[in-house]
Amino acid sequence: MCPAFRQRERDEWHLMSPRARALAAIGMAGVLWCGATVVASEPGRSITDTSIRWPTWPELARALALRDYNTRVVVLGTALLGVAAGVVGTFAYLRRRALMGDALSHATLPGIAIVFLLTGAKSMPLLLMGATISGVLGVLAVLGMRRMPRIKEDAAIGIVLSVFFGFGMVLFGLIQQMQTGNEAGLAGFIYGKAAAMVAGDARLIGVVAAVVVAACAALFKEFRVICFDQEYASSQGFRVPLIDLIMMGLVVMTTVVGLQAVGLILIVALLIIPAAAARFWTDDLLVMVALSGLFGGMSSLIGATLSAIVSGLPTGAMIVLCAGVFFFFSMLIAPRRGVIASAARHWLLRRRVAYQHLLRALAEYEETHGEGAAIGRKDLFSVRSWSAAQVRRTLARAVRSGDLAVLADGSVRLTQRGRVEALRILRNHRLWELYLIRHADVAPSHVDRDADEVEHVLSEAIVRDLERALDEVARVPPSPHVREPAP
Amino acid sequence: MTGWNWHLDGWIVLAGVLSACSCALLGNYLVLRRMSLMGDAISHAVLPGLAIAFLVTHSRSAVPMFAGAVIAGVVTAVLSQAVNRHGKVEHGAAMGVVFSVLFALGLILIRQAADHVDLDPGCVLYGNIAQIPLEAIGGRVPPQVVNLAVVLVVDVLFVVLFYKELKISTFDPELATTLGYNADTLHYALMVLVSVTTVANFESVGSILVIAMLIVPAVTAHLLTDRLSAMIGVSLMAACLSAIGGHVFAAFGPGWLGMKAATNTSAMMAVVAGLLLCAAVLLAPRHGLVSRLLHRRQMRMTILREDILGLLHRWQEMRAEGGRAMTHREVLAAVGDTRSVRQAIRSLLRKQFVEKASGPPDAGHTYRLSGDGQARAARLIRSHRLWESYIDRHFNLPPDHVHMSAERVEHFLTPELRHEIEADLTSPRTDPHGREIPPESIGG
Amino acid sequence: MHDQTSPSSVQRASPDHDPACPVSIHDLTVAYHRRPVLWDIDYAGPEGQLIGIVGPNGAGKSTLIKACLNLVPIASGSVSFYGKPYRQQRRLVGYVPQRESVDWDFPASVLDVVTMGRYGRLPWCLPPTREDRRVALHCLEQVGMADYARRQISRLSGGQQQRVFLARALAQDARIYFMDEPFAGVDAATETAIVGILRELRARGRTVLIVHHDLQTVAEYFNHVILLNMRIIAAGPTAQVFTQENLQKTYGGRLTLLDKAAQAMALNGNR
Repeated sequence: MCPAFRQRERDEWHLMSPRARALAAIGMAGVLWCGATVVASEPGRSITDTSIRWPTWPELARALALRDYNTRVVVLGTALLGVAAGVVGTFAYLRRRALMGDALSHATLPGIAIVFLLTGAKSMPLLLMGATISGVLGVLAVLGMRRMPRIKEDAAIGIVLSVFFGFGMVLFGLIQQMQTGNEAGLAGFIYGKAAAMVAGDARLIGVVAAVVVAACAALFKEFRVICFDQEYASSQGFRVPLIDLIMMGLVVMTTVVGLQAVGLILIVALLIIPAAAARFWTDDLLVMVALSGLFGGMSSLIGATLSAIVSGLPTGAMIVLCAGVFFFFSMLIAPRRGVIASAARHWLLRRRVAYQHLLRALAEYEETHGEGAAIGRKDLFSVRSWSAAQVRRTLARAVRSGDLAVLADGSVRLTQRGRVEALRILRNHRLWELYLIRHADVAPSHVDRDADEVEHVLSEAIVRDLERALDEVARVPPSPHVREPAP
Repeated sequence: MTGWNWHLDGWIVLAGVLSACSCALLGNYLVLRRMSLMGDAISHAVLPGLAIAFLVTHSRSAVPMFAGAVIAGVVTAVLSQAVNRHGKVEHGAAMGVVFSVLFALGLILIRQAADHVDLDPGCVLYGNIAQIPLEAIGGRVPPQVVNLAVVLVVDVLFVVLFYKELKISTFDPELATTLGYNADTLHYALMVLVSVTTVANFESVGSILVIAMLIVPAVTAHLLTDRLSAMIGVSLMAACLSAIGGHVFAAFGPGWLGMKAATNTSAMMAVVAGLLLCAAVLLAPRHGLVSRLLHRRQMRMTILREDILGLLHRWQEMRAEGGRAMTHREVLAAVGDTRSVRQAIRSLLRKQFVEKASGPPDAGHTYRLSGDGQARAARLIRSHRLWESYIDRHFNLPPDHVHMSAERVEHFLTPELRHEIEADLTSPRTDPHGREIPPESIGG
Repeated sequence: MHDQTSPSSVQRASPDHDPACPVSIHDLTVAYHRRPVLWDIDYAGPEGQLIGIVGPNGAGKSTLIKACLNLVPIASGSVSFYGKPYRQQRRLVGYVPQRESVDWDFPASVLDVVTMGRYGRLPWCLPPTREDRRVALHCLEQVGMADYARRQISRLSGGQQQRVFLARALAQDARIYFMDEPFAGVDAATETAIVGILRELRARGRTVLIVHHDLQTVAEYFNHVILLNMRIIAAGPTAQVFTQENLQKTYGGRLTLLDKAAQAMALNGNR
């Protein structure tokens, strides 16, 4: 792509006021939400099969086109959940609160169980309220324990997670023996039971998603500043505890409405994974939030659709697996921060370094043996410790690009073009060595190795700085090493 | 529920104790190395290992399941490290990514396997400890108990044999490396053992409750003790208590509440462990909330008492011998008329540092220092004036500012510190305001 | 009055702070877990000066700044800016934290960070305006970093990061600045740039307090200096205060007695 065009595109985005950018984000969420409610208002047939069975073509088409009512509710509901979790998860991730979400989601269980024990009925709003209350208690317990001497944050998270969950399981054990039939749905909160989602649940998720996205857009500035530099924010008069509270409140809301769809063990994945995946692609927080929302929404969409098509695949787990795939590919192929990109950069640098070493070795050889001197391949090994394969490959490249010429006896010498380049490299090397000796108090016997690492990344600006610092105008400064004259 | 039955409850409690102890033992190191959540991650992530082992071998025999789970556990540790290092993802989040994806994978695989065998995901979460006695037919030891015992022995051997190495690499990994211990090797050995322990505990306490047993007893012990060996001991005791208490409450607790039911033993173990931790948080001798609260109250009272003694001393110092004593009202006017002030005065009277006399008719009682009180007050005044002189000499403060500092410090100066100040100032006789500094003891 | 004062009357209303004085610190004591790390600091900063805070490691230099900005709890004493407490004067006070205090891998561009300097004057929920970003860009120009506005902050050298923080403080347009070791680990170009900015701030009548660790440059950079080692050893115009004798007192070993007293207070006051 034309770089100038890309630059312009980027500028446009930056000059767009954050408010406009936020409105764009709200708009995106709004469209999704309207889609969900409009489509969700039409009744249809159930998809709650339990056996594992590959779908027939008509079924597949139905599911993909979201023609089936239940599939539509489930898919759109979870997609909205994914967007909300992705958006708010970004801030939690950057604030290093990611695993707090884990403690929170596990801590919801006793609340659900207590409400069920008290009311004996499965009233969704009440259950979610119970979940919220005990989840918030769990978060407060983590924050409180962190202040105790000798309890670190990770331990506090583990304690709340396991003890609250244990308490929830105790109550579940009681419920199982006291009631009959009715409690079956409660287990869905643990692993998630998206298939049981009804239009009302999807609508609730939609409302929460709208609130989360709107709040994150409105408080973008506040969230950004406390995530980046909490102390500075506080010195600027931002009420850090209040902003923190709002952020955690959004996380709690998202977690609680997501329990039914994804389950309390896996909901934390929706908070962390899309955010971590988005981080690979961008250095702009706003883009990261949008991407994270997109990844969250897409993984939910794909995961839920897949589990609707292939019955017997648990929805929550499929969603998390899709998010994991997004993360995996992001980590692998992202342009700058990705593993492949950085490995490639590393490889290219090593190639360039080897090439420059070769040219410099020849330039140094010419210094002692006179211009145009040819060096035998064997002698090359005595100049530097490098592997035979490396020398062969680098030599071949140098000959191909016309920097080296091979003589009849197999020895090599610099071409005119190669000499210019080699002298430039040698000069950089010597300049840096001199700089180290004069200004960094590095012993001459050590500078060679230090210079070896740096010389290849010296930009022209730095070279100019070096020239100025060393007051060096000579074309190639002499070597600081006392060299044995070559035999 | 009926009463205690050794054949049933005995086996359950034994299994609980064994599994809780093996977890708690390793948990000490996880907690101290700030790796508590690694236990969390591993216990989630062994699920796909179990499922894959089953799908590959089509059997539930123990060895492949065990191997699969241990490999999955180690893979979790390695992958988290890789995501953290190569993806520049913060450590906690990296673990979150890895274990949740692996757990999801495990759930899906188990669903595929579930049709062929009763590999119940619920069972993985909260265990199946109640089934154990059923295997003990004809006086045979249930195989789960044997497994747990073997794992516990292995854990104990590991901790005993590598006690020194574990201790030093936990406290200071860099020092350990410079001393020639391979911290990485120990780290992965610990991870392998945590995986092994987690897998072995699946059938009894379940994966989430393994986390409770790994972390909670160790944290409890850390609050109560100051040495590693003691911490390990206390954590094992806490683990045993939670196992026993957990079963008792689970089996009989609902009955006491009038319910005709019993609940999940392993879940109750986590709750009891949590309760023990709460008790430690509240009551720990040095770090507990209650003791800190009491101590702070006591400290405030001591300061108040000393302030009153100092007040009376200065009053008497300013008036000639036999002058009018300070009245109750004057004391309250100077120190404040609060409940704690009156309490402090009563306590001073009780300890006979202050003597009460009837004063002028309209002013209430008068107070005068007793001999003991005089000596105490003199020490306080001495601290105060020594500190003022010290500040005056070493701080760049105007003389009218030194008093505030002395008011705060006077209560904390030990005889040794007073002695040092005196030496520093070369035996001063008066403070910066020209008042006399009383000698260390009135008698000498 | 002194020996007659009782504990309750000691906690009198905060003393008179001179409304003309940019920073006045009165009997400030700061304690971590009840263990005092700064003792009885009493200081009135003069208007429009560059004030260096100098002292050995662990002398409490950064703590002094943080206590002034309410970032660490104050055990006793008070700080005021132009006669009013910090809460009412936040607008007038700018802060440049240590470079290591933030995660430089945070997804933000240089311009984003500098724009944060304007956040303090924006009400809740309102995003920064085009004008705010224009000011931010102008401040970047002042520190010679305008070319880097779009660059991600992790791809900057240490000195450049420091200049970004400085630009953020400039964007705030405060009257008093607190800077925590702005010269730590920066290259010569940045050091020159920072000194230039400081001189200009002074020329515009701003008061700047700077934690500094390089004794060689104190006399050159600052016209006022505070010598600090758990307490103020000396404070005033550099020419009068920055003497061999005072430096000897500041660096010539700690007052171990202060440490011991602090230890005693920590042990008894808080377990």
